[in-house]
Amino acid sequence: MPQSADKVKDHISLFQEPEYKELFENKKANYECRVSDEDVAKQIEYTKTWEYREKNFARKHAVINPPRACQPLGSVYAAAGFEGAMPYVHGSQGCAAYFRSHLSRHFKDAALCVSDSMTEDGAVFGGLNNLVDGLQNCYALYKPKMIVMSTTCMSEVIGDDLSAFIATAKEKEVIPADFPVPFAHTPSFVGSHLNGYDLMIKGVFSYFWDREAQLTPVKGETINIIPGFDGYAPANNREIERYLGMMGVDYTLICDVKDTFDSPTDGHYKMYYGGTKLDDVRASINAKATVSLQEFSTEKTLEYVATKGQETVALNSPMGLTGTDAFLMTVSKLSGKAIPEELEVERGRLVDAIADSAAWLHGKRVSVFGDPDFVYGLTGFLLELGMEPVHLLASNGNSDWEAKMKELLASSPFGGSGQVFINKDLWHMRSLLFTEPVDLLIGSSYGKYLEKDTGTPFIRLGFPIFDRHHHHRFPTFGYQGALRILVEILDRVFEVADNASDISFDLTR
Amino acid sequence: MSLDNPNDPVVNEALIKEVLEAHPEKAAKKRARHLGMVKDGPDGNPTCGVKSNIKSVPGVMTQRGCAYAGAKGVVWGPIKDMVHISHGPVGCGHYSWSQRRNYFTGTVGIDSYVTMQITSDFKEKDIVFGGDKNLEKMIDELEEMFPLNKGYSILSECPIGLIGDDIEAVAKKKSKDTGKIVVPCRCEGFRGISQSLGHHIANDCIRDWVLDKNEQQWETGPYDVNLIADYNIGGDAWPSRKLLEEMGLRVIGQWTGDSTLAEIERAPKAKVNLIHCYRSMNYICRHMEEKHGIPWHEYNFFGPTQIAKSLRAIAALFDETIQENAEKVIAKYQPLADAVIARFKPRLDKKRVMLFVGGLRPRHTATAYEDLGMEVIGSGYEFAHNDDYQRTAHYLKEGTLIYDDASEYELEKFIEKLRPDLVGSGIKEKYGTQKMGVPFRQMHSWDYSGPYHGYDGFAVFARDMDLAINAPVWGKVKAPWKLAEAAE
Repeated sequence: MPQSADKVKDHISLFQEPEYKELFENKKANYECRVSDEDVAKQIEYTKTWEYREKNFARKHAVINPPRACQPLGSVYAAAGFEGAMPYVHGSQGCAAYFRSHLSRHFKDAALCVSDSMTEDGAVFGGLNNLVDGLQNCYALYKPKMIVMSTTCMSEVIGDDLSAFIATAKEKEVIPADFPVPFAHTPSFVGSHLNGYDLMIKGVFSYFWDREAQLTPVKGETINIIPGFDGYAPANNREIERYLGMMGVDYTLICDVKDTFDSPTDGHYKMYYGGTKLDDVRASINAKATVSLQEFSTEKTLEYVATKGQETVALNSPMGLTGTDAFLMTVSKLSGKAIPEELEVERGRLVDAIADSAAWLHGKRVSVFGDPDFVYGLTGFLLELGMEPVHLLASNGNSDWEAKMKELLASSPFGGSGQVFINKDLWHMRSLLFTEPVDLLIGSSYGKYLEKDTGTPFIRLGFPIFDRHHHHRFPTFGYQGALRILVEILDRVFEVADNASDISFDLTR
Repeated sequence: MSLDNPNDPVVNEALIKEVLEAHPEKAAKKRARHLGMVKDGPDGNPTCGVKSNIKSVPGVMTQRGCAYAGAKGVVWGPIKDMVHISHGPVGCGHYSWSQRRNYFTGTVGIDSYVTMQITSDFKEKDIVFGGDKNLEKMIDELEEMFPLNKGYSILSECPIGLIGDDIEAVAKKKSKDTGKIVVPCRCEGFRGISQSLGHHIANDCIRDWVLDKNEQQWETGPYDVNLIADYNIGGDAWPSRKLLEEMGLRVIGQWTGDSTLAEIERAPKAKVNLIHCYRSMNYICRHMEEKHGIPWHEYNFFGPTQIAKSLRAIAALFDETIQENAEKVIAKYQPLADAVIARFKPRLDKKRVMLFVGGLRPRHTATAYEDLGMEVIGSGYEFAHNDDYQRTAHYLKEGTLIYDDASEYELEKFIEKLRPDLVGSGIKEKYGTQKMGVPFRQMHSWDYSGPYHGYDGFAVFARDMDLAINAPVWGKVKAPWKLAEAAE
């Protein structure tokens, strides 16, 4: 008998037992009508070829394993970064369930989102009644300070007008007339989660700066920092704030999910925990400047902020030495505050660590996939480490990103073998890894299938990370983040070396 | 509030009232019908006393999903040798990518496609001009990429039904071109009110596009059965299959966890359909009963009491040989079950559980908890119908709190007030519950564990409930200085 009470075997070991192996064989041989093992083996080999790669890259319609989510996920994430805010999806309820699950699986924390559960009659008559009831119920039950509304495919295809609908709801007095309901139209057939993030941050700004009251900016000394859609936000935001605190900069983090998605367990569930204060959002129009840490999740937002007379700066994830340096120098220049000695020491410790280990990394070939700014920031760091970025894929990257990436690669002697891919998916990446093998693959949890198929050693970095716990509680930004990434890369490289040969099984590396 | 009697109807009544009072009047009136308790009905049989399968109230944060989730995520997705196309924008396929843990044997991307996200990735121009032409070309490309696949399902996302695409025509054409089964499934998320209609639509697609389409070369035997509506989450269907095979039955189709298209097509050749998740596949069982004359029989493979009962009931459908075999199987495994209970019951005895899950688990697992000395004090379904609740009442004790399509608010309040020793629900409910210091197990995905079905699975179930409830961390939730202050 394979199972026992003393040593309970779950799926990980149970199905390796002979009884189950026999069951699989028997099922396969007698009932499944599978293709022959020879055909399977032949097809496996064929998918490794250049010929298959060419067919794969000739695909124009079938999208296979794209590492990219849809707009409203980004807007729900964005909503979660504000004080007392309830994300609200106008349209099908299934979407809301998916967004909540997706965010919870990554952050290992509760994720909220109300929907107004539109069904077939909504498709025929429009979703106004759902929206009015939805706002009333959400307001009464969850007592939010603000409801942040995005849309799904359904309400977009039928053309519901959020601005008019919300106005009607206020006329019907289901919520107070002055109750903030910023919104963004976020159909899933446009862009990716990054665009949804962008539109919603813009929506929140424009609600408080233009709609609630027409504010006139009075330039002050504060700097707005927009972190962008970031799976490591709990740790990265804290890291960024530590730097700003050390420099004595007066700042506002716009959309701060660090507490929302990393709240303590203390016996009470607090539905609203953390987030940027609404008064701070109102006041943020008076900032001296707005710095986005991720250009490609804030394009529209920065455009809008600039119309208020603010200086705007877009960075591409402050990762590694250059990325972090650029962040600190940008903030220093904008605020007039010096970069303190302690931070220079911290930087020096990172340089020290890189110098200690660079020999192990020099010339190692790496492929990376993920969101555009993540890929850009990480590529910059890899170049600093003397590694060679090879396949750099952002399925949601645009042509500006592509051009910028090429520029970055051209700036380093280690960038020569770098190829940049937009609008490509992980099935393309599979062909790339088979035909032009690399030493390391870096990306979100979906990369585990590529590691299994191609045997490429894999490091999990990016969004989402579902199959490893708590990575998001440690930064990837700043010098500390760089140190963390450095150690993860080194650990994997050493693991590969340890497993490669009995002879070179060195105690000291 | 006295919690000495967890099923105190007065306590539960007050709790329901308190929760309803937080709602606006119209919503309270609607929700009142979905909250109740197990009690004796007018006919003397126990009833759950709730209405079900009704539209969710907008804005209350229902935990329900959509028809696409029911059709793709539940029914079609696990069929391993077919390519399942999420037809529409990228999101739906993305969020459901590899999340149901439908285990299978096979090589991904070569002869099996379960853990892949294959989508037509609709853009604005597809909404304007329609997606049929691209869908056709997409299937041609997929033939190039995955030549060993046995067929396709086309799972519609919301926009498809709204823009008037004719995916049925595409399916017919591509079926002719490829010589394979191509199934158009109209499971747009706005259809119906929950995952449930998606199950129904998916069942109808099996009926209309798969069964009786190809001639089946199958020599039938007297003991041929189909194992229906086990999605092999964490490998659940395998210990179940093992028990059926050990008692001498021939499982000619395993639906749909780890199944191949052949197992679906062959199903009408069976003598009986054994159905585990009634909600998601009763429709196709009724069809096969009507059209092919195959009776169907519900069973429950959670926990030794129900397993033994089910094995005997299944055996009773066959001859004495099978009945004798069933007794042998029960005798073989009872010592394992006894040992599991001996080990875990002392650690779990009298622990109180609240459940809120999907198709069958709010009732099917109740007796498994009781096997371990535990008691279910509250239970509810995301998307059950009246016939599910009819099947539920006799599993539960009088006074058990029942909540249908419970919202985040209701669940949170119920958990907060009743403070059970364990909550079994889903990923959306997990982390908020744990913040309260209440142990939790995901009962959709088995919290990445399993299998839970069969005797082999019961051991895992018992172990997991123990490791959730008796984790030392729950004793450390409050800072000791706060506890000291509270004691003063």
